[in-house]
Amino acid sequence: MIASLIIQRGASKEERKTERFEVPFVPGQTVLDGLRYIRSQIDPTLAFRFSCINANACKECMMAIDGKIAYACTTRLRDGEMKLAPLPKKALVNDLVTEIAPPDERLNLSTKR
Amino acid sequence: MTHLETDVLIVGAGGAGMYAALEAAASGASVILADRSLIGRGGATVMAMMTVSAAIGAQCPDRWEHHLADTLAAGYGLCDQPLSAILCEDAPRRILEMDAWKVGWAREDGHIKQAHAPGHDRPRCVYVDFLRTGPAVSKTLRHQLQNISAIRRIGDLMIVDIAVDDGVACGATAVHLGSGEPVTIAAKAVVVATGGLTRLYRRNSGSFNTGGDGYALALRAGAELVDMEFVQFFPIGHLAPRLVGLDPIMWDPFRYKLGGILLNGEMQEFEERYAVDSRRHDGKYVLTRDLATYAILKEVEAGRGSPAGGAYLSFKHVPETELRRAFGPVIDTLAKNGIDLTQSPIEVAPIAHYHMGGVKVNAKFESTVPNLFASGEAVGGANGANRLSGNAITEALVFGARAGRSAASAARATNGRSTAHAFTPALDLLRRRRQPTAVNPAALIGRLQQVMMEKVGPFRTETTLDEAIAELDRLTQAIGTDPLSDGAPFDSVLLDWLDLRNMIAVAKSVTVAARARRESRGSHQREDFQSLDPAWQFNQIVRLRGGEIRLSSGPVTENPRQRADVPA
Repeated sequence: MIASLIIQRGASKEERKTERFEVPFVPGQTVLDGLRYIRSQIDPTLAFRFSCINANACKECMMAIDGKIAYACTTRLRDGEMKLAPLPKKALVNDLVTEIAPPDERLNLSTKR
Repeated sequence: MTHLETDVLIVGAGGAGMYAALEAAASGASVILADRSLIGRGGATVMAMMTVSAAIGAQCPDRWEHHLADTLAAGYGLCDQPLSAILCEDAPRRILEMDAWKVGWAREDGHIKQAHAPGHDRPRCVYVDFLRTGPAVSKTLRHQLQNISAIRRIGDLMIVDIAVDDGVACGATAVHLGSGEPVTIAAKAVVVATGGLTRLYRRNSGSFNTGGDGYALALRAGAELVDMEFVQFFPIGHLAPRLVGLDPIMWDPFRYKLGGILLNGEMQEFEERYAVDSRRHDGKYVLTRDLATYAILKEVEAGRGSPAGGAYLSFKHVPETELRRAFGPVIDTLAKNGIDLTQSPIEVAPIAHYHMGGVKVNAKFESTVPNLFASGEAVGGANGANRLSGNAITEALVFGARAGRSAASAARATNGRSTAHAFTPALDLLRRRRQPTAVNPAALIGRLQQVMMEKVGPFRTETTLDEAIAELDRLTQAIGTDPLSDGAPFDSVLLDWLDLRNMIAVAKSVTVAARARRESRGSHQREDFQSLDPAWQFNQIVRLRGGEIRLSSGPVTENPRQRADVPA
């Protein structure tokens, strides 16, 4: 089976584009599995947050999946197309990564966008 | 470039790092608590679903000395006894402090409930109900941190190297992931609280962040590591069907509570055949973790594995009402994964879970590099060759508190050093960043995980260990000495390259130590030297000299620690 992940990429809203990746999968695998496959097998530059992998404990892999806010680690891949985008209401960092840390846990650098 | 200054820098914001920050600040130090991920979310603590051991005597009379006896017995003669004693003696204080902070330990008949976990002589393990132990511990500590202005919390900050001036730790060089910018941090004392190394293994229960960062940082800073060959495999990690939304080691408490039965591929029980008479057991568990790992893999090797290559764990004999009562809302998560325990067993297999080895420290949790401390799982020695169940979160809290206090004390005794040159090597490394090549560091990490699983896993031989060393040398060649980077914010290529650099150093430490130890003891099982050899009752020490891993040995620390070390 093949999932086509159509991923919004880029580090600023002006330069955003979408890119399509084909990911083989077996039923039960997750969107996060697909993203990790892309990173290690197709494009090492794909940026996304995750930590606990599939335990749904760290809550870091939240993104927009087919327009709905969800965790990549618990959303199953499916045969066909899925659209992935960064959280719409958070400041974009790059690709699927947004600024989700509480404001007092960030290092606010002068050079930061 | 950003430069920060603090009394105490804590690397890693899991349970050990957060507790260290609280105690360092309580001792009057300013603190930077840095994590490569988000504060209190990225470590192993938040994933812990299990129990926490402490001789609080709530369930039945208990003393910390009994807890110590069990810890030492589990450790096969290699425990650093002063550290083990601190672990057990301080545990009640930390558990009760967490209780006062409203962590929500499960209660029964008006007292904190303590479960009887394997290897313990009595009920000793507290927990938060329905697999919420780790998240509750993390949340409680995060909440405590928020009230303290002396602690600056910084997420998305990847520490590249400890800064060392004339052999003394004096801060660290980091890269801020959001911007890719280097950050230097001058600190009078540094605490490594980065957890273990389970990410080295393809099948692991850890997080993306547990690639042994702290061991690599300590090694390159000149510190000694101890007991690196002892990686604990958790025997019944979830294998199939695919389970998401839960920690893969979740089955243990249910197996404990409900008496889940292990069956081989022929649906036959097999644990009894591997039981060794001298091992203690409580009637529900037959085998300790190391022996259960051995038993499952031997069944698989004999062609009696389950379809996915492990063993079956069955709860079919348990009435549905009892399952519902024990599992609570977890039963609904299982249902979403298509798992109905009344109908069919699940498959389990050994999974890398914890590392007994780590940074060698004294009873003040200071490494062999002055002003460099370690806490939590990053510390080596307290659990010897095999960790007693329930001791991991305990050591995060206890060692975190101790290391934080010691680091604050060291910071007070240290004048500000002129540190600019101490950041130079790591800044030079970051300056040498180059565009990605055909080499994909994420793919090489996958390769390393495969090699470690197959050749340096629960069973080892000289041949597999030699092959692993050769593979690790090839990986060292493949990544080169200059970091790969695509220059974008949240640079995944750079992050993976830095991780791989650390993982290779740590994997090599494990492999070299495992190759030298020609016996089987606890979690270190050699197929070519299958028995425990009393002549090997000593610790192996790893250090880095001239870029090469060097191995030596030292006697097990047996003397009880000085009473003067106990804080009031």
